[in-house]
Amino acid sequence: MSDIAIELKGIDKSFGLVHANRDINLRVRKGTIHGIIGENGAGKSTLMSILYGFYQADRGDILVDGAKTDISGPSIAIDKGIGMVHQHFMLVENFTVLENIMLGAEEGQILTSGIARARNELKRLENEYALEVDPDAIIEELPVGLQQRVEILKALYRGAEILILDEPTGVLTPAEADHLFRILAQLKAQGKTIILITHKLREIMAITDEVSVMRRGEMVATRTTADTSVEELAELMVGRRVLLSVEKGPANPGEVKLSVRNLTVRDSRGVPMVKDVSLDVRAGEIVGVAGVAGNGQSELLQAIAGIRRAETGNVTLNGRPIDVTGEADPNELRHRGLAHVPEDRHHMGLVLKFEEAENSILGYHDDPRYLKSFFLDVEAIRADAAEKCARYDIRPPDVRLKTANFSGGNQQKIVLAREMERDPDVIIIGQPTRGVDVGAIEFIHKRIIEMRDAGKAILLVSVELDEIRSLSDRVLVMFDGHVVGERSPETGEGELGLLMAGVTDQEAAE
Amino acid sequence: MSAPHAKLPGWVDYGVIPLVNLVVAFLVAGLVVLLVGESPIRAAALLIEGAFGYGEGIGFTLYYATNFIFTGLAVAIAFHCGLFNIGGEGQAYVAGLGVAIPCLWLDASMPWYVVFVVVIFGSALMGGLWALIPGYLQAKRGSHVVITTIMFNFIASSLMVYLLIDVLKPRGSMSPETRTFAEGGHLPKLDWLFGPLGIDVGGSPLNLSFLLALVVSFIVWVIVWRTRFGYQIRTMGFSPSAARYAGMKEARIVIITMVMSGALAGMMAINPIMGEQHRMQLDFVGGAGFVGIAVALMGRSHPVGIIPAAILFGMLYQGGAEISFEMPQISRDMIVIIQGLVILFAGAMEHMFRPTIARLFTSLGGGRKPQPATATE
Repeated sequence: MSDIAIELKGIDKSFGLVHANRDINLRVRKGTIHGIIGENGAGKSTLMSILYGFYQADRGDILVDGAKTDISGPSIAIDKGIGMVHQHFMLVENFTVLENIMLGAEEGQILTSGIARARNELKRLENEYALEVDPDAIIEELPVGLQQRVEILKALYRGAEILILDEPTGVLTPAEADHLFRILAQLKAQGKTIILITHKLREIMAITDEVSVMRRGEMVATRTTADTSVEELAELMVGRRVLLSVEKGPANPGEVKLSVRNLTVRDSRGVPMVKDVSLDVRAGEIVGVAGVAGNGQSELLQAIAGIRRAETGNVTLNGRPIDVTGEADPNELRHRGLAHVPEDRHHMGLVLKFEEAENSILGYHDDPRYLKSFFLDVEAIRADAAEKCARYDIRPPDVRLKTANFSGGNQQKIVLAREMERDPDVIIIGQPTRGVDVGAIEFIHKRIIEMRDAGKAILLVSVELDEIRSLSDRVLVMFDGHVVGERSPETGEGELGLLMAGVTDQEAAE
Repeated sequence: MSAPHAKLPGWVDYGVIPLVNLVVAFLVAGLVVLLVGESPIRAAALLIEGAFGYGEGIGFTLYYATNFIFTGLAVAIAFHCGLFNIGGEGQAYVAGLGVAIPCLWLDASMPWYVVFVVVIFGSALMGGLWALIPGYLQAKRGSHVVITTIMFNFIASSLMVYLLIDVLKPRGSMSPETRTFAEGGHLPKLDWLFGPLGIDVGGSPLNLSFLLALVVSFIVWVIVWRTRFGYQIRTMGFSPSAARYAGMKEARIVIITMVMSGALAGMMAINPIMGEQHRMQLDFVGGAGFVGIAVALMGRSHPVGIIPAAILFGMLYQGGAEISFEMPQISRDMIVIIQGLVILFAGAMEHMFRPTIARLFTSLGGGRKPQPATATE
């Protein structure tokens, strides 16, 4: 037995021309929590997929417990005691917890004996690791935090000694995340080895023993967590020093530009997602909407932008009403000075298969600047796009490159450039830095502040509490479709977290 | 994240891969020929000789290709909008009325070029109308165009049988077809164009509609890639949610695109009716509407790809006829099998060889500049 649970030697993997992992070396000591951190696209997930047998490395060796192992599929990884908790859960939503845990380990065609065994084993695991969950609950009725717990139990049920968690806190409230960390600490105390993949520096500092940093497919450093700092890790991730906090002066709010009253919106299944929401956004201020994903923020933005029909409510833009319950037209709203940076740039904000220049006119394709009667003025469009590339530092500055080939940060800059360069009065922004690398985050945040200082009214929705707190002048918290409280951005994370988790305004303030 | 397929240079994507698919399709077809006891090499030689070996063969090949260009463009423009119009067959069939009626009405009094102009609009109008209903149902009622267009093929078929037998057939005639048009209903042949090139297309039905097909191909390119409406079509096709975000009128775009698609399919009717037979016969479309799907798939929905793909299928039609004439063992159905194989490999299994080719390409030094996992900052 060695004290190294996993050792990767010279792992190399390419997808066609994309070199996702190059010559990766990694040692994970037994009974520790080892963090792997890096920007989106740094190759973390690819590396873990190789370890779990989804992909095979082009070169390099994997040593499990000191023995060279050929992991040619997930079943081999499971045999070797490696379990994985995916970012997007691999659960059958309308099965019970027990059924999900047994999935793939049913032990025969007749389930009765398997079920009994699984139930006992589950009880044992629950006791041992303090992972309570009702075995007969239906998955889709469980909150996300519990679903994740089921994923962990599933791995343990299969005898996992080494657990890989891929971005486990992306969908959790701060309280749920804290609970997860306690579970992980417990597992570590029981001798399990944990590999935690994340791009959140705070989590690394809070829970890991050691941390490895990846950048552009390479493993650039491994540090003992106690001996490093957030600043050092951030620098290693992006390769240069970045500003994590945003510099901004005091806000100078003017008249109300966007006003929402008693807005109620249902989703496509008829479930009310936004319930009786009222808010105002003034010129020259940023109003942040905090909340765990799925509490109505997306629908709120879409209803204001005219993309989703609201059921009831009044919205005014520059003092004139928007017909949000009827045929509000995104096109007309654009002409009236509303810019919209949508949450989902891949499906809404951009057409990934378009050339960059084609995306730079999406929604503004009626502008006479881009047209010669019925025809597109391709030269004018490209020249305009090239100008935006220069001003927003979009790289590569190739307006004919397919948008899918830009990195996440540059894609987001394409959207921002398009929406902000129109000199709108009101900007509604959803998840401005989701899937964006640290370098670009800094740039995007600066632009948003600049727009505020130029007197724009900005409504900002983000699931990143840090982002909301550093950008906003006022913070609204949404939970279950309601705005449950308003706070100043200096309010402690704990208090905002409580609000996000549905604790009432009063209780949270105490 | 890293894409599973790396980006290949254009000439590999649009040249090598279709070629490999085609070669494999012909190899498998060769096995079939071998199975019925004939020599695949001789069959191939007959096919090429029949399609391109002599002037008349070339004429026939291009005549068939003309049909497929129109129907291929029809399928392609709908593809760009994310619509799968498999009703080209019915749209072209009904559009026959837009050709035959002006011809019957004007053939004795007007010169062909006047009738031609009327017929272009007539066929486009009828084809477009026939596609309007499925388009409307898709846009406003959510009835899937795949279902409605295929159903409309059957309706078109019954309707045309009725019209040809009970309405358009001259009294006393035994065959379900219109009367033969007078001079004004005949499109000129293309001998004058091919003659100087030393190709005698004399006996073939190749006519002016071939040039119309080329002009229309260019117009389709302009519409799709150079107009605001084309921009909206492509946005809808790639991402309906982006179209909604951009404030585009989705229903309107779907309906107009379907009408355009139907109009393109409809213009195909000019070629056999006014170009060849000089009368409208039962089943004059002869499956061209369906071949158009394969042509659009193979041609990557781009006119520059559709024209060669249409010529390829024209070659299969013409050369295939030649094979079945020379090799009694091989019936016309065999030709359909070969066409099916081409569709299978070039359309349905388009990406089968892609990873292998990408790997080969990388190892052959095309990957001298491997990109990092994301586009460089």
